[in-house]
Amino acid sequence: MSVHTLSVLVENKPGVLARIAGLFSRRGFNIDSLAVGPTEHPDISRMTIVVNVEESPLEQVTKQLNKLVEVIKIVELDDREAIERELLLVKVKADVESRSQVLDVVQLFKARVVDVATDAITIEVTGNSDKLADFLRVLEPFGIRELVQSGLVAIGRGGRSITERTLRPVPVPVSQHYA
Amino acid sequence: MTEQGGNGTQVTGAQSLIKSLESAGVENIFGIPGGAILPAYDPIFDSSIRHILVRHEQGAGHAAQGYAAATGKVGVCMATSGPGATNLVTPIADAYMDSVPMVAVTGQVPAAAIGTDAFQEADIRGITMPITKHNFLVTDPAEIPRTVAEAFYLASTGRPGPVLVDVAKSALQAMTTFEWPTELNLPGYRPVARPHAKQIREATKLILESRRPVLYVGGGVIRAGASKELRVLAEMTGMPVVTTLMARGAFPDSHAQHLGMPGMHGTVAAVAGLQKSDLIISLGARFDDRVTGNLDSFAPGAKIIHADIDPAEIGKNRAVDVPIVGDCREVIADLIVALQAEQDAGNTGDFEAWVAFLAGVKSQYPLGYDAPPDGALAPQYVLERLGSISGPESIYCAGVGQHQMWATHYVGFENPNTWINSGGLGTMGFAVPAAMGAKVGRPDTTVWAIDGDGCFQMTNQELATCTIEGIPIKVAIINNESLGMVRQWQTLFYNSRYSNTDLHTGPARRVPDFVKLADAYGAVGLSCDNPADVDATIKKAMEIDDVPVVVDFRVHRDAMVWPMVAAGTSNDDIKYARDLAPEFEEDEL
Repeated sequence: MSVHTLSVLVENKPGVLARIAGLFSRRGFNIDSLAVGPTEHPDISRMTIVVNVEESPLEQVTKQLNKLVEVIKIVELDDREAIERELLLVKVKADVESRSQVLDVVQLFKARVVDVATDAITIEVTGNSDKLADFLRVLEPFGIRELVQSGLVAIGRGGRSITERTLRPVPVPVSQHYA
Repeated sequence: MTEQGGNGTQVTGAQSLIKSLESAGVENIFGIPGGAILPAYDPIFDSSIRHILVRHEQGAGHAAQGYAAATGKVGVCMATSGPGATNLVTPIADAYMDSVPMVAVTGQVPAAAIGTDAFQEADIRGITMPITKHNFLVTDPAEIPRTVAEAFYLASTGRPGPVLVDVAKSALQAMTTFEWPTELNLPGYRPVARPHAKQIREATKLILESRRPVLYVGGGVIRAGASKELRVLAEMTGMPVVTTLMARGAFPDSHAQHLGMPGMHGTVAAVAGLQKSDLIISLGARFDDRVTGNLDSFAPGAKIIHADIDPAEIGKNRAVDVPIVGDCREVIADLIVALQAEQDAGNTGDFEAWVAFLAGVKSQYPLGYDAPPDGALAPQYVLERLGSISGPESIYCAGVGQHQMWATHYVGFENPNTWINSGGLGTMGFAVPAAMGAKVGRPDTTVWAIDGDGCFQMTNQELATCTIEGIPIKVAIINNESLGMVRQWQTLFYNSRYSNTDLHTGPARRVPDFVKLADAYGAVGLSCDNPADVDATIKKAMEIDDVPVVVDFRVHRDAMVWPMVAAGTSNDDIKYARDLAPEFEEDEL
């Protein structure tokens, strides 16, 4: 098995997420992470899907996704050629005694404190999966009360855009005699 | 509707829907009204479209499939929300598996009620997501024409398939402007019909290099209307041909190069033709498990050229040497041109030893059956005679099970679109409504539903539709008093313990009596249990053309379907008859 990051451009229509989630579940493909959001085009949403599959099932995943009418384009992002980020919010036990040590970790990882209580602090950190895993490993001894993590988002390096030319309309003549 | 003006007219959503269907060229709809779809049934009353009122929505769906399969046009079915829509689920799934162009229109509860578990509410768009090519929920009446146009375009192009349009009752009742679109914009849908020249060159090279090639022909050849081209390709090269269950009729059964149907119940020659080949040229087929048996041991020595309009089929089950994405007709046409150029340059394939080997297998292991004891009626004989008397111009629809396999082997198909059955999904009860649809699409053609006594009891209510709407189909029930195929498996794999397969439609009880049932439906009921009466009975059925005819062929109940490759085993383990495996003389290869 290997991990692959797919950027999927889809039409911004109701039900698209259900279609894609349903396809993965029906065909037995595993999703490690999924993030959906708008793009610079109001009609297009972008999904970043991390899948854990062999090479030949990956081809099936891509081909089956491409068959969905609302899927416009699929690009596999190579992790060496792309910036990958996840967002983590974590609530760590921190009282008067341990707080300064926790804050040291925060500084070390260029994280940010977003909330403070008498017995805990909440920290925001972004980075790739490795960095977040390291961060949690270091925080673990202090006691993690709660954590929430976003799906991975990724963008290719360099000046090119994968959304370019995707909205070029391909008009289809309407025939009168289908039935 | 047509006289009320064209584009830009103020209409109700319901009128817009019917105008849209008319604009898409719809001539026939199979359906049943109900609360949510009711507004659409008012303008249907005045429309040029013929609405055929069926007795069950499943019948509407299969009828639309039969219509589509017989004509190549898009079949249309219509139902109300909730149970009406869920009753369409089976035919929609069936159409999806067998790539049948179909548009299903369903009513939905009013937009404001969606999601509230309203009366007769079902999320049919959600339910049918995995079994449609695409589906829509329309709540804005202004979107009706564009959605209908897109639905028909999607259903009929690329790999055909079912498209569902779910329309909220509130959208049908609201006022809107009807405007049939002049162009569609589907940025994520770009089917490739023209094959890539490089792939055609590669395929040509492999064909000429091969010594044991076989044309593995699937339903895609039927859907693409490529039978003529296929025959040219086969005859110019001399390559043997196998036709899958979905492709029966794509190549004449009478043709010397035809080895028959491959797969679980395929002919020995067709199974051997694939299994021992060194090159499989797959045209619109999908290496289904019923064809390949155990994949790991399927055609171990074969390279694969796989042509399909759906890229996702290529390499899905079997690794491919030359993938060709394209419409089968265009692919075959291009292969003909390329191979002709090679032939003109003196390069032809050398398949002589292979063709001779397969001819030997075909003559040594022909299709055949033993006459049952006590002069009982052999089902195979009934189908042989039916095919012979009604002829290859007739359309034959089948249900699923033993009768389907006997029909596909013994009727004798010479023409495409004359064999209509449920291949992928294996839907019992397909035959009667599919025959009804086929007859509506091809009213001048004799249409037979070949059905089992089990299948027939699942959908025979459509005989009422056939009688009342003047759709004189003919039904041949191959009545073996049981769920025959299941019973066959019980005989072979469950020590003849016949758990829940006896249907009691035999002489002891006859529940129901099919002849009386036919009579009750206003059809003519006939029966036959003697081989000597088969011809006369079929001829009598052929003479009746004003009402449906049902013939109860009371056949020997222990007849089995042979040859057979047991599920999950290798094609090498094909049995020609019970405990009888063919022997191939490998030296001849």
